[in-house]
Amino acid sequence: MSIRTVDKVAVEARAASFQTRSIKNESKRQGLLMVTSMVDLTTLEGKDSAAKVRSLCQKAMLPDAALPHVPSVAAVCVYPRWVELARELLAGSGVKVASVASAFPSGQVDLATKLVDVRAAVQAGADEIDMVMHRGAFLSGQYEVVSAEIRAIKEACGGQHLKVILETGELETYDNVVRASELAIAAGADFIKTSTGKVQPAATMPVTLVMLETIRSHFLATGQMIGMKPAGGISRAKDALHYLVMVKETLGDAWLSAKWFRFGASSLLNDVLLQLHRLESGQYTAYYDVTES
Amino acid sequence: MSTSARLGVLKTYKLFVNGAFPRTESGRTLAVVDTKGKLLAHVCHGSRKDLRNAVVAARSAAPGWAKRSAYNRTQILYRMAEMLEGKAEEFTRVLASTVPGGNRRAAKEVAAAIDRLVAFAGWADKFGQVLGNNNQVAAPFYNFTVAEALGVVCIVAPSEEPLLGLVSLLAPVICAGNTAVLLGSEAHPLATAIFGEVCATADVPAGVVNLLTGKRPELLAVMAGHRDVDGISAAGCSKAERTILELGAAENLKRVTVEKINGPAWYHETKMHAPYRIQPFVEMKTIWHPSGV
Repeated sequence: MSIRTVDKVAVEARAASFQTRSIKNESKRQGLLMVTSMVDLTTLEGKDSAAKVRSLCQKAMLPDAALPHVPSVAAVCVYPRWVELARELLAGSGVKVASVASAFPSGQVDLATKLVDVRAAVQAGADEIDMVMHRGAFLSGQYEVVSAEIRAIKEACGGQHLKVILETGELETYDNVVRASELAIAAGADFIKTSTGKVQPAATMPVTLVMLETIRSHFLATGQMIGMKPAGGISRAKDALHYLVMVKETLGDAWLSAKWFRFGASSLLNDVLLQLHRLESGQYTAYYDVTES
Repeated sequence: MSTSARLGVLKTYKLFVNGAFPRTESGRTLAVVDTKGKLLAHVCHGSRKDLRNAVVAARSAAPGWAKRSAYNRTQILYRMAEMLEGKAEEFTRVLASTVPGGNRRAAKEVAAAIDRLVAFAGWADKFGQVLGNNNQVAAPFYNFTVAEALGVVCIVAPSEEPLLGLVSLLAPVICAGNTAVLLGSEAHPLATAIFGEVCATADVPAGVVNLLTGKRPELLAVMAGHRDVDGISAAGCSKAERTILELGAAENLKRVTVEKINGPAWYHETKMHAPYRIQPFVEMKTIWHPSGV
Protein backbone atom coordinates (compact mmCIF):
# COMPACT_ATOMS: atom_id res chain seq x y z
CA MET A 1 0.00 0.00 0.00
CA SER A 2 1.30 3.36 -1.04
CA ILE A 3 2.33 5.88 1.57
CA ARG A 4 3.10 8.63 -0.95
CA THR A 5 0.85 11.64 -1.07
CA VAL A 6 -0.18 13.38 -4.26
CA ASP A 7 0.78 17.02 -4.71
CA LYS A 8 -2.65 18.42 -5.58
CA VAL A 9 -1.41 21.77 -6.85
CA ALA A 10 1.27 20.23 -9.08
CA VAL A 11 -1.11 17.62 -10.52
CA GLU A 12 -3.70 20.22 -11.40
CA ALA A 13 -1.12 22.55 -12.92
CA ARG A 14 0.36 19.72 -14.98
CA ALA A 15 -3.09 18.59 -16.14
CA ALA A 16 -3.90 22.16 -17.14
CA SER A 17 -0.65 22.39 -19.13
CA PHE A 18 -1.89 19.69 -21.54
CA GLN A 19 -4.78 21.96 -22.48
CA THR A 20 -2.58 24.67 -23.91
CA ARG A 21 -1.24 22.62 -26.84
CA SER A 22 -2.41 23.75 -30.23
CA ILE A 23 -3.42 20.78 -32.38
CA LYS A 24 -4.40 21.83 -35.89
CA ASN A 25 -5.10 20.54 -39.38
CA GLU A 26 -3.50 17.19 -40.20
CA SER A 27 -2.49 16.36 -36.61
CA LYS A 28 -6.00 17.26 -35.50
CA ARG A 29 -7.47 14.98 -38.16
CA GLN A 30 -5.23 12.08 -37.11
CA GLY A 31 -6.01 12.73 -33.45
CA LEU A 32 -9.76 12.75 -34.09
CA LEU A 33 -9.58 9.45 -35.98
CA MET A 34 -7.60 7.97 -33.10
CA VAL A 35 -10.16 9.24 -30.58
CA THR A 36 -12.95 7.58 -32.58
CA SER A 37 -11.13 4.26 -32.53
CA MET A 38 -10.85 4.52 -28.72
CA VAL A 39 -14.46 5.31 -27.90
CA ASP A 40 -16.55 2.91 -25.82
CA LEU A 41 -19.89 4.10 -27.19
CA THR A 42 -22.14 3.96 -24.21
CA THR A 43 -25.80 3.87 -23.32
CA LEU A 44 -26.61 3.19 -19.68
CA GLU A 45 -30.07 4.49 -19.04
CA GLY A 46 -33.27 3.17 -17.57
CA LYS A 47 -34.97 3.94 -20.85
CA ASP A 48 -32.61 1.84 -23.01
CA SER A 49 -34.48 -0.36 -25.44
CA ALA A 50 -33.69 -2.79 -28.25
CA ALA A 51 -34.16 0.02 -30.75
CA LYS A 52 -31.68 2.22 -28.90
CA VAL A 53 -29.11 -0.58 -28.76
CA ARG A 54 -29.63 -1.28 -32.47
CA SER A 55 -28.99 2.32 -33.48
CA LEU A 56 -26.01 2.51 -31.12
CA CYS A 57 -24.44 -0.61 -32.66
CA GLN A 58 -25.05 0.72 -36.16
CA LYS A 59 -23.31 3.94 -35.23
CA ALA A 60 -20.47 2.03 -33.56
CA MET A 61 -19.68 0.09 -36.74
CA LEU A 62 -20.14 3.00 -39.16
CA PRO A 63 -19.93 6.27 -37.19
CA ASP A 64 -20.80 8.42 -40.21
CA ALA A 65 -21.87 7.20 -43.65
CA ALA A 66 -20.65 10.48 -45.17
CA LEU A 67 -17.16 9.90 -43.72
CA PRO A 68 -16.41 6.29 -44.69
CA HIS A 69 -12.72 6.60 -43.77
CA VAL A 70 -13.59 7.06 -40.09
CA PRO A 71 -12.85 3.83 -38.20
CA SER A 72 -15.38 1.97 -36.10
CA VAL A 73 -15.33 2.63 -32.35
CA ALA A 74 -13.57 0.29 -29.90
CA ALA A 75 -16.61 -1.08 -28.12
CA VAL A 76 -20.26 -0.65 -27.30
CA CYS A 77 -20.99 -0.42 -23.57
CA VAL A 78 -24.44 -1.54 -22.39
CA TYR A 79 -26.29 -3.12 -19.47
CA PRO A 80 -26.08 -6.93 -19.29
CA ARG A 81 -29.59 -7.50 -20.64
CA TRP A 82 -28.59 -5.95 -23.99
CA VAL A 83 -25.32 -7.86 -24.40
CA GLU A 84 -26.81 -10.72 -26.40
CA LEU A 85 -28.45 -8.36 -28.90
CA ALA A 86 -25.31 -6.23 -29.23
CA ARG A 87 -23.19 -9.36 -29.70
CA GLU A 88 -25.42 -10.48 -32.55
CA LEU A 89 -25.48 -7.05 -34.24
CA LEU A 90 -21.73 -6.49 -33.95
CA ALA A 91 -20.69 -9.99 -35.04
CA GLY A 92 -17.71 -9.86 -37.38
CA SER A 93 -17.30 -6.09 -37.11
CA GLY A 94 -14.38 -6.06 -34.71
CA VAL A 95 -16.32 -3.82 -32.32
CA LYS A 96 -16.20 -5.31 -28.83
CA VAL A 97 -19.15 -5.67 -26.48
CA ALA A 98 -18.55 -4.24 -23.04
CA SER A 99 -21.07 -4.65 -20.26
CA VAL A 100 -21.34 -2.96 -16.92
CA ALA A 101 -21.97 -5.59 -14.25
CA SER A 102 -21.77 -6.05 -10.45
CA ALA A 103 -24.83 -3.92 -9.63
CA PHE A 104 -23.81 -0.86 -11.62
CA PRO A 105 -23.69 2.02 -10.69
CA SER A 106 -23.85 1.76 -6.88
CA GLY A 107 -22.46 -1.76 -6.38
CA GLN A 108 -24.57 -2.00 -3.24
CA VAL A 109 -25.50 -5.68 -3.32
CA ASP A 110 -23.73 -8.71 -1.85
CA LEU A 111 -20.88 -10.38 -3.68
CA ALA A 112 -22.91 -13.47 -4.66
CA THR A 113 -25.42 -11.30 -6.55
CA LYS A 114 -22.58 -9.39 -8.22
CA LEU A 115 -21.05 -12.64 -9.39
CA VAL A 116 -24.38 -13.77 -10.87
CA ASP A 117 -24.59 -10.44 -12.70
CA VAL A 118 -21.04 -10.77 -14.05
CA ARG A 119 -21.42 -14.42 -15.10
CA ALA A 120 -24.68 -13.63 -16.90
CA ALA A 121 -22.98 -10.86 -18.89
CA VAL A 122 -20.03 -13.10 -19.79
CA GLN A 123 -22.39 -15.93 -20.72
CA ALA A 124 -24.34 -13.58 -22.99
CA GLY A 125 -21.14 -12.83 -24.86
CA ALA A 126 -19.56 -9.75 -23.29
CA ASP A 127 -15.90 -9.30 -24.23
CA GLU A 128 -15.28 -6.81 -21.47
CA ILE A 129 -16.76 -6.35 -18.01
CA ASP A 130 -16.91 -2.91 -16.39
CA MET A 131 -17.36 -3.53 -12.65
CA VAL A 132 -17.89 -0.97 -9.93
CA MET A 133 -15.59 -0.92 -6.92
CA HIS A 134 -17.19 -1.20 -3.45
CA ARG A 135 -16.65 2.45 -2.46
CA GLY A 136 -18.40 2.07 0.90
CA ALA A 137 -15.89 -0.58 1.99
CA PHE A 138 -12.97 1.34 0.50
CA LEU A 139 -13.79 4.59 2.31
CA SER A 140 -14.23 2.75 5.61
CA GLY A 141 -10.77 1.24 5.22
CA GLN A 142 -11.86 -2.34 4.49
CA TYR A 143 -9.35 -2.71 1.67
CA GLU A 144 -9.34 -6.50 1.99
CA VAL A 145 -13.08 -6.63 1.28
CA VAL A 146 -12.64 -4.44 -1.83
CA SER A 147 -9.70 -6.48 -3.02
CA ALA A 148 -11.41 -9.83 -2.45
CA GLU A 149 -14.44 -8.67 -4.43
CA ILE A 150 -12.34 -7.61 -7.40
CA ARG A 151 -10.43 -10.92 -7.33
CA ALA A 152 -13.68 -12.90 -7.23
CA ILE A 153 -15.16 -10.92 -10.11
CA LYS A 154 -11.95 -11.26 -12.12
CA GLU A 155 -12.28 -15.01 -11.73
CA ALA A 156 -15.95 -14.89 -12.76
CA CYS A 157 -14.90 -13.04 -15.93
CA GLY A 158 -13.15 -16.20 -17.02
CA GLY A 159 -10.45 -14.53 -19.08
CA GLN A 160 -12.57 -11.69 -20.41
CA HIS A 161 -11.22 -8.17 -19.97
CA LEU A 162 -11.98 -6.58 -16.59
CA LYS A 163 -12.27 -2.82 -16.13
CA VAL A 164 -12.59 -1.61 -12.55
CA ILE A 165 -14.57 1.60 -12.06
CA LEU A 166 -13.18 3.52 -9.08
CA GLU A 167 -15.87 6.23 -9.13
CA THR A 168 -13.32 8.92 -8.35
CA GLY A 169 -16.07 11.47 -7.75
CA GLU A 170 -16.79 9.65 -4.49
CA LEU A 171 -13.21 9.06 -3.39
CA GLU A 172 -12.64 12.56 -1.98
CA THR A 173 -8.83 12.80 -2.37
CA TYR A 174 -6.15 12.07 -4.96
CA ASP A 175 -4.41 9.90 -2.36
CA ASN A 176 -7.50 7.71 -2.30
CA VAL A 177 -7.46 7.58 -6.08
CA VAL A 178 -3.87 6.30 -6.04
CA ARG A 179 -4.69 3.77 -3.32
CA ALA A 180 -7.79 2.53 -5.14
CA SER A 181 -5.90 2.29 -8.44
CA GLU A 182 -3.09 0.25 -6.87
CA LEU A 183 -5.59 -1.96 -5.12
CA ALA A 184 -7.54 -2.62 -8.33
CA ILE A 185 -4.37 -3.34 -10.30
CA ALA A 186 -3.06 -5.72 -7.63
CA ALA A 187 -6.40 -7.54 -7.58
CA GLY A 188 -6.28 -8.24 -11.31
CA ALA A 189 -7.82 -5.27 -13.16
CA ASP A 190 -6.90 -5.10 -16.86
CA PHE A 191 -8.16 -1.53 -17.05
CA ILE A 192 -8.88 1.07 -14.41
CA LYS A 193 -11.75 3.44 -15.13
CA THR A 194 -12.61 6.73 -13.49
CA SER A 195 -16.37 6.84 -13.25
CA THR A 196 -19.79 5.43 -13.84
CA GLY A 197 -20.95 8.70 -15.38
CA LYS A 198 -23.74 8.79 -12.78
CA VAL A 199 -21.79 10.81 -10.19
CA GLN A 200 -20.40 14.33 -10.52
CA PRO A 201 -17.59 15.10 -10.98
CA ALA A 202 -16.92 12.24 -13.41
CA ALA A 203 -13.66 12.06 -15.38
CA THR A 204 -11.41 15.10 -15.00
CA MET A 205 -7.93 15.60 -16.39
CA PRO A 206 -6.19 15.76 -12.99
CA VAL A 207 -7.81 12.59 -11.69
CA THR A 208 -6.99 10.80 -14.95
CA LEU A 209 -3.40 12.01 -14.68
CA VAL A 210 -3.13 10.59 -11.16
CA MET A 211 -4.36 7.22 -12.43
CA LEU A 212 -2.01 7.32 -15.44
CA GLU A 213 0.91 8.00 -13.10
CA THR A 214 -0.11 5.02 -10.98
CA ILE A 215 -0.17 2.86 -14.12
CA ARG A 216 3.28 4.18 -14.99
CA SER A 217 4.72 3.35 -11.56
CA HIS A 218 3.23 -0.13 -11.82
CA PHE A 219 4.76 -0.58 -15.28
CA LEU A 220 8.18 0.62 -14.14
CA ALA A 221 8.07 -1.75 -11.17
CA THR A 222 6.71 -4.85 -12.91
CA GLY A 223 6.81 -4.35 -16.68
CA GLN A 224 3.06 -5.05 -16.84
CA MET A 225 0.84 -2.69 -18.85
CA ILE A 226 -2.56 -1.67 -17.47
CA GLY A 227 -5.23 0.11 -19.52
CA MET A 228 -6.97 3.38 -18.66
CA LYS A 229 -10.52 4.53 -19.33
CA PRO A 230 -11.72 7.98 -18.35
CA ALA A 231 -15.52 8.03 -18.55
CA GLY A 232 -18.26 10.55 -18.11
CA GLY A 233 -18.12 14.26 -18.85
CA ILE A 234 -15.81 14.15 -21.88
CA SER A 235 -18.15 15.43 -24.56
CA ARG A 236 -15.98 17.68 -26.71
CA ALA A 237 -13.45 16.59 -29.32
CA LYS A 238 -11.01 19.21 -28.09
CA ASP A 239 -11.04 17.77 -24.57
CA ALA A 240 -10.45 14.28 -25.95
CA LEU A 241 -7.38 15.52 -27.87
CA HIS A 242 -6.03 17.00 -24.64
CA TYR A 243 -6.43 13.59 -23.00
CA LEU A 244 -4.41 12.01 -25.82
CA VAL A 245 -1.61 14.51 -25.28
CA MET A 246 -1.67 13.62 -21.58
CA VAL A 247 -1.48 9.88 -22.28
CA LYS A 248 1.38 10.34 -24.73
CA GLU A 249 3.38 12.51 -22.37
CA THR A 250 2.72 10.35 -19.32
CA LEU A 251 2.82 6.78 -20.61
CA GLY A 252 4.19 7.14 -24.13
CA ASP A 253 3.14 5.93 -27.57
CA ALA A 254 2.63 2.33 -26.44
CA TRP A 255 -0.59 3.33 -24.70
CA LEU A 256 -1.98 5.25 -27.67
CA SER A 257 -4.23 2.48 -28.93
CA ALA A 258 -7.67 1.17 -28.14
CA LYS A 259 -6.00 -1.80 -26.52
CA TRP A 260 -4.74 0.39 -23.67
CA PHE A 261 -6.78 3.55 -23.68
CA ARG A 262 -10.52 4.14 -24.02
CA PHE A 263 -12.97 6.98 -23.70
CA GLY A 264 -16.29 6.08 -22.06
CA ALA A 265 -18.67 8.48 -23.76
CA SER A 266 -21.98 8.93 -25.51
CA SER A 267 -22.00 12.44 -26.98
CA LEU A 268 -18.23 12.74 -27.62
CA LEU A 269 -18.43 10.77 -30.88
CA ASN A 270 -20.81 13.25 -32.50
CA ASP A 271 -18.62 16.21 -31.62
CA VAL A 272 -15.61 14.39 -33.12
CA LEU A 273 -17.60 13.73 -36.30
CA LEU A 274 -18.68 17.38 -36.51
CA GLN A 275 -15.04 18.44 -36.21
CA LEU A 276 -14.08 16.01 -38.99
CA HIS A 277 -16.88 17.40 -41.17
CA ARG A 278 -15.53 20.88 -40.45
CA LEU A 279 -12.02 19.82 -41.55
CA GLU A 280 -13.43 18.25 -44.72
CA SER A 281 -15.73 21.09 -45.80
CA GLY A 282 -14.05 24.12 -44.26
CA GLN A 283 -17.45 25.26 -43.02
CA TYR A 284 -18.87 25.36 -39.53
CA THR A 285 -21.28 22.50 -38.96
CA ALA A 286 -24.79 22.09 -37.61
CA TYR A 287 -26.32 19.60 -35.18
CA TYR A 288 -28.23 17.98 -38.05
CA ASP A 289 -25.00 17.04 -39.87
CA VAL A 290 -24.69 13.92 -37.69
CA THR A 291 -27.17 11.29 -36.55
CA GLU A 292 -28.50 11.20 -33.01
CA SER A 293 -27.75 8.42 -30.50
CA MET B 1 -5.93 70.23 -1.80
CA SER B 2 -5.08 68.38 -4.98
CA THR B 3 -3.75 70.46 -7.81
CA SER B 4 -3.75 67.81 -10.52
CA ALA B 5 -6.83 67.35 -12.69
CA ARG B 6 -8.66 64.06 -12.34
CA LEU B 7 -7.98 61.50 -15.06
CA GLY B 8 -11.16 60.19 -16.69
CA VAL B 9 -11.72 56.43 -16.69
CA LEU B 10 -11.97 55.22 -20.26
CA LYS B 11 -14.27 52.32 -21.11
CA THR B 12 -12.86 49.09 -22.55
CA TYR B 13 -15.23 48.12 -25.33
CA LYS B 14 -15.74 44.38 -25.72
CA LEU B 15 -17.95 41.93 -27.56
CA PHE B 16 -21.30 40.79 -26.19
CA VAL B 17 -21.67 37.01 -26.45
CA ASN B 18 -23.87 34.68 -24.44
CA GLY B 19 -24.85 37.40 -21.98
CA ALA B 20 -21.24 38.23 -21.13
CA PHE B 21 -18.65 40.70 -22.38
CA PRO B 22 -15.67 38.69 -23.64
CA ARG B 23 -12.66 40.12 -25.44
CA THR B 24 -12.13 38.76 -28.93
CA GLU B 25 -10.27 35.44 -28.83
CA SER B 26 -7.98 36.88 -31.52
CA GLY B 27 -6.71 39.60 -29.19
CA ARG B 28 -6.99 42.17 -32.00
CA THR B 29 -8.42 45.65 -31.73
CA LEU B 30 -9.59 48.36 -34.13
CA ALA B 31 -9.03 52.03 -33.51
CA VAL B 32 -12.07 54.32 -33.54
CA VAL B 33 -11.50 57.95 -34.46
CA ASP B 34 -13.85 60.90 -34.14
CA THR B 35 -15.00 63.08 -37.04
CA LYS B 36 -11.81 65.14 -36.72
CA GLY B 37 -9.59 62.09 -36.97
CA LYS B 38 -8.62 62.04 -33.29
CA LEU B 39 -8.30 58.62 -31.60
CA LEU B 40 -11.37 58.05 -29.46
CA ALA B 41 -11.29 54.41 -28.39
CA HIS B 42 -10.45 50.86 -29.38
CA VAL B 43 -13.01 48.14 -30.05
CA CYS B 44 -12.58 44.40 -30.52
CA HIS B 45 -11.68 43.21 -33.99
CA GLY B 46 -13.85 40.09 -33.88
CA SER B 47 -12.67 36.92 -35.61
CA ARG B 48 -14.40 33.95 -37.19
CA LYS B 49 -13.94 32.03 -33.94
CA ASP B 50 -15.82 34.75 -32.06
CA LEU B 51 -18.55 34.32 -34.64
CA ARG B 52 -18.48 30.55 -34.12
CA ASN B 53 -18.80 30.97 -30.34
CA ALA B 54 -21.65 33.43 -30.81
CA VAL B 55 -23.54 30.98 -33.03
CA VAL B 56 -23.10 28.24 -30.41
CA ALA B 57 -24.55 30.60 -27.79
CA ALA B 58 -27.40 31.63 -30.08
CA ARG B 59 -28.23 28.02 -30.95
CA SER B 60 -28.42 26.94 -27.34
CA ALA B 61 -30.58 29.95 -26.44
CA ALA B 62 -32.95 29.46 -29.40
CA PRO B 63 -35.39 26.83 -28.08
CA GLY B 64 -35.88 28.65 -24.77
CA TRP B 65 -36.45 32.04 -26.40
CA ALA B 66 -38.94 30.65 -28.94
CA LYS B 67 -40.80 28.91 -26.12
CA ARG B 68 -41.26 32.08 -24.09
CA SER B 69 -44.73 33.55 -24.32
CA ALA B 70 -45.11 36.24 -26.95
CA TYR B 71 -46.25 38.54 -24.19
CA ASN B 72 -42.97 38.01 -22.34
CA ARG B 73 -40.99 38.85 -25.47
CA THR B 74 -43.05 42.04 -25.68
CA GLN B 75 -42.05 42.90 -22.13
CA ILE B 76 -38.37 42.28 -22.81
CA LEU B 77 -38.29 44.33 -26.02
CA TYR B 78 -40.02 47.16 -24.20
CA ARG B 79 -37.47 46.84 -21.42
CA MET B 80 -34.73 47.24 -24.04
CA ALA B 81 -36.40 50.49 -25.11
CA GLU B 82 -36.45 51.63 -21.47
CA MET B 83 -32.76 50.87 -21.06
CA LEU B 84 -31.88 52.58 -24.33
CA GLU B 85 -33.80 55.64 -23.16
CA GLY B 86 -31.69 55.64 -19.99
CA LYS B 87 -28.53 55.58 -22.07
CA ALA B 88 -29.79 58.07 -24.67
CA GLU B 89 -27.32 60.72 -23.62
CA GLU B 90 -24.31 58.40 -23.90
CA PHE B 91 -25.41 57.13 -27.31
CA THR B 92 -26.07 60.67 -28.56
CA ARG B 93 -22.63 61.83 -27.44
CA VAL B 94 -20.84 58.87 -29.04
CA LEU B 95 -22.79 59.11 -32.29
CA ALA B 96 -22.38 62.88 -32.52
CA SER B 97 -18.62 62.62 -32.15
CA THR B 98 -18.15 59.85 -34.71
CA VAL B 99 -20.89 60.23 -37.34
CA PRO B 100 -21.06 63.37 -39.51
CA GLY B 101 -24.17 65.41 -38.82
CA GLY B 102 -23.54 66.48 -35.28
CA ASN B 103 -25.65 66.47 -32.19
CA ARG B 104 -29.07 67.05 -33.71
CA ARG B 105 -28.71 64.17 -36.15
CA ALA B 106 -27.45 61.88 -33.37
CA ALA B 107 -30.33 62.75 -31.02
CA LYS B 108 -32.81 62.07 -33.80
CA GLU B 109 -31.22 58.67 -34.51
CA VAL B 110 -31.32 57.62 -30.85
CA ALA B 111 -34.97 58.68 -30.49
CA ALA B 112 -35.92 56.74 -33.61
CA ALA B 113 -34.09 53.65 -32.33
CA ILE B 114 -36.03 53.78 -29.06
CA ASP B 115 -39.33 54.14 -30.95
CA ARG B 116 -38.43 51.20 -33.17
CA LEU B 117 -37.92 48.95 -30.17
CA VAL B 118 -41.27 50.05 -28.76
CA ALA B 119 -42.95 49.36 -32.10
CA PHE B 120 -41.62 45.79 -32.29
CA ALA B 121 -42.29 45.25 -28.59
CA GLY B 122 -45.90 45.86 -29.58
CA TRP B 123 -45.69 43.46 -32.52
CA ALA B 124 -44.22 40.54 -30.54
CA ASP B 125 -47.64 39.29 -29.40
CA LYS B 126 -49.56 40.57 -32.43
CA PHE B 127 -47.66 39.72 -35.60
CA GLY B 128 -48.97 36.16 -35.36
CA GLN B 129 -52.49 37.43 -36.07
CA VAL B 130 -51.27 39.39 -39.10
CA LEU B 131 -48.94 36.80 -40.67
CA GLY B 132 -50.92 33.72 -39.64
CA ASN B 133 -54.33 32.79 -40.95
CA ASN B 134 -57.43 30.69 -40.53
CA ASN B 135 -57.63 29.12 -43.99
CA GLN B 136 -60.84 28.39 -45.87
CA VAL B 137 -60.78 24.84 -47.20
CA ALA B 138 -63.47 22.85 -49.04
CA ALA B 139 -63.20 19.78 -46.84
CA PRO B 140 -64.10 18.85 -43.27
CA PHE B 141 -60.94 20.34 -41.79
CA TYR B 142 -60.13 23.19 -39.53
CA ASN B 143 -57.10 24.61 -41.33
CA PHE B 144 -54.81 27.24 -39.92
CA THR B 145 -51.36 28.69 -40.50
CA VAL B 146 -49.09 29.87 -37.71
CA ALA B 147 -45.77 31.72 -37.90
CA GLU B 148 -42.94 30.04 -35.98
CA ALA B 149 -39.39 31.20 -35.31
CA LEU B 150 -36.77 30.36 -37.91
CA GLY B 151 -33.95 29.73 -35.39
CA VAL B 152 -30.55 31.43 -35.45
CA VAL B 153 -30.32 34.55 -37.62
CA CYS B 154 -27.09 36.37 -38.47
CA ILE B 155 -27.45 40.10 -38.96
CA VAL B 156 -25.15 42.40 -40.90
CA ALA B 157 -25.91 45.91 -39.72
CA PRO B 158 -25.41 48.86 -42.11
CA SER B 159 -22.45 51.18 -41.76
CA GLU B 160 -24.55 54.36 -41.64
CA GLU B 161 -27.12 54.97 -38.87
CA PRO B 162 -25.01 52.69 -36.63
CA LEU B 163 -27.60 52.50 -33.84
CA LEU B 164 -30.87 52.81 -35.74
CA GLY B 165 -29.71 50.37 -38.40
CA LEU B 166 -28.72 47.83 -35.74
CA VAL B 167 -32.02 48.14 -33.88
CA SER B 168 -34.08 48.11 -37.09
CA LEU B 169 -32.62 44.78 -38.17
CA LEU B 170 -32.43 43.23 -34.70
CA ALA B 171 -35.92 43.98 -33.40
CA PRO B 172 -37.95 42.04 -36.03
CA VAL B 173 -35.64 39.05 -35.68
CA ILE B 174 -35.81 38.61 -31.90
CA CYS B 175 -39.44 39.75 -31.78
CA ALA B 176 -40.38 36.57 -33.68
CA GLY B 177 -38.54 34.30 -31.24
CA ASN B 178 -35.27 33.97 -33.16
CA THR B 179 -31.85 34.42 -31.62
CA ALA B 180 -29.38 36.77 -33.28
CA VAL B 181 -25.68 37.09 -34.00
CA LEU B 182 -25.10 40.63 -35.18
CA LEU B 183 -22.09 42.18 -36.86
CA GLY B 184 -22.31 45.89 -36.14
CA SER B 185 -21.49 48.88 -38.29
CA GLU B 186 -17.95 48.52 -39.59
CA ALA B 187 -17.40 52.26 -39.98
CA HIS B 188 -18.87 53.27 -36.60
CA PRO B 189 -18.64 50.30 -34.21
CA LEU B 190 -19.08 52.12 -30.88
CA ALA B 191 -22.88 52.00 -30.86
CA THR B 192 -22.73 48.21 -31.27
CA ALA B 193 -20.22 47.88 -28.45
CA ILE B 194 -22.40 49.92 -26.09
CA PHE B 195 -25.66 48.25 -27.14
CA GLY B 196 -24.53 45.09 -25.33
CA GLU B 197 -25.03 47.01 -22.07
CA VAL B 198 -28.65 47.67 -23.07
CA CYS B 199 -29.24 43.96 -23.68
CA ALA B 200 -27.40 42.90 -20.53
CA THR B 201 -29.64 45.04 -18.32
CA ALA B 202 -32.93 44.45 -20.12
CA ASP B 203 -33.61 40.82 -19.08
CA VAL B 204 -32.64 39.58 -22.54
CA PRO B 205 -31.71 35.93 -21.85
CA ALA B 206 -28.05 35.03 -22.44
CA GLY B 207 -27.36 34.08 -26.06
CA VAL B 208 -30.50 35.67 -27.54
CA VAL B 209 -28.59 38.74 -28.71
CA ASN B 210 -24.88 38.44 -29.54
CA LEU B 211 -23.00 41.49 -30.79
CA LEU B 212 -19.72 41.48 -32.69
CA THR B 213 -17.57 44.30 -33.97
CA GLY B 214 -15.19 43.60 -36.81
CA LYS B 215 -14.71 43.57 -40.54
CA ARG B 216 -17.13 42.33 -43.16
CA PRO B 217 -14.61 40.80 -45.60
CA GLU B 218 -13.48 38.45 -42.83
CA LEU B 219 -16.85 37.42 -41.47
CA LEU B 220 -19.47 37.52 -44.20
CA ALA B 221 -18.41 34.32 -45.97
CA VAL B 222 -18.09 32.45 -42.67
CA MET B 223 -21.54 33.62 -41.61
CA ALA B 224 -23.08 32.64 -44.94
CA GLY B 225 -21.40 29.23 -44.99
CA HIS B 226 -22.15 28.35 -41.36
CA ARG B 227 -24.52 25.40 -41.49
CA ASP B 228 -25.99 26.08 -38.06
CA VAL B 229 -27.32 29.50 -39.10
CA ASP B 230 -30.91 29.50 -40.40
CA GLY B 231 -31.22 32.98 -41.83
CA ILE B 232 -29.34 36.15 -42.68
CA SER B 233 -30.57 39.71 -42.51
CA ALA B 234 -28.37 42.40 -44.01
CA ALA B 235 -28.56 46.02 -45.08
CA GLY B 236 -26.19 48.46 -46.71
CA CYS B 237 -24.37 45.77 -48.69
CA SER B 238 -22.44 46.15 -51.91
CA LYS B 239 -23.27 43.88 -54.81
CA ALA B 240 -20.16 41.81 -54.11
CA GLU B 241 -21.11 41.39 -50.44
CA ARG B 242 -24.59 40.34 -51.41
CA THR B 243 -23.16 37.70 -53.73
CA ILE B 244 -20.94 36.34 -50.96
CA LEU B 245 -23.96 36.00 -48.65
CA GLU B 246 -26.16 34.34 -51.26
CA LEU B 247 -23.53 31.91 -52.53
CA GLY B 248 -22.58 30.72 -49.05
CA ALA B 249 -26.21 30.46 -47.98
CA ALA B 250 -27.08 28.19 -50.89
CA GLU B 251 -25.27 25.30 -49.20
CA ASN B 252 -27.82 24.79 -46.43
CA LEU B 253 -30.65 26.85 -47.96
CA LYS B 254 -30.64 29.52 -45.31
CA ARG B 255 -32.88 32.44 -46.04
CA VAL B 256 -31.08 35.64 -47.03
CA THR B 257 -32.75 39.03 -46.80
CA VAL B 258 -30.73 42.00 -48.00
CA GLU B 259 -32.58 45.27 -47.59
CA LYS B 260 -31.86 48.43 -49.54
CA ILE B 261 -32.52 51.20 -47.07
CA ASN B 262 -30.71 54.51 -47.29
CA GLY B 263 -30.53 57.74 -45.34
CA PRO B 264 -34.01 59.10 -44.61
CA ALA B 265 -35.62 55.73 -45.34
CA TRP B 266 -34.40 54.48 -41.93
CA TYR B 267 -36.72 57.05 -40.35
CA HIS B 268 -39.78 56.14 -42.43
CA GLU B 269 -42.03 54.81 -39.67
CA THR B 270 -44.82 53.38 -41.80
CA LYS B 271 -42.39 51.19 -43.68
CA MET B 272 -39.90 50.47 -40.94
CA HIS B 273 -42.50 49.58 -38.28
CA ALA B 274 -44.45 47.24 -40.55
CA PRO B 275 -44.97 43.66 -39.33
CA TYR B 276 -43.97 42.43 -42.79
CA ARG B 277 -40.36 43.08 -41.78
CA ILE B 278 -40.79 40.10 -39.44
CA GLN B 279 -42.02 37.82 -42.23
CA PRO B 280 -38.62 36.72 -43.64
CA PHE B 281 -37.64 35.40 -40.19
CA VAL B 282 -40.54 33.03 -39.53
CA GLU B 283 -41.49 29.62 -40.83
CA MET B 284 -45.13 29.22 -41.73
CA LYS B 285 -46.67 26.03 -40.35
CA THR B 286 -50.05 24.94 -41.70
CA ILE B 287 -52.11 22.50 -39.68
CA TRP B 288 -55.02 20.42 -40.98
CA HIS B 289 -57.27 19.39 -38.12
CA PRO B 290 -60.26 17.12 -38.84
CA SER B 291 -63.56 18.73 -37.91
CA GLY B 292 -67.22 17.80 -38.13
CA VAL B 293 -66.65 14.06 -38.47
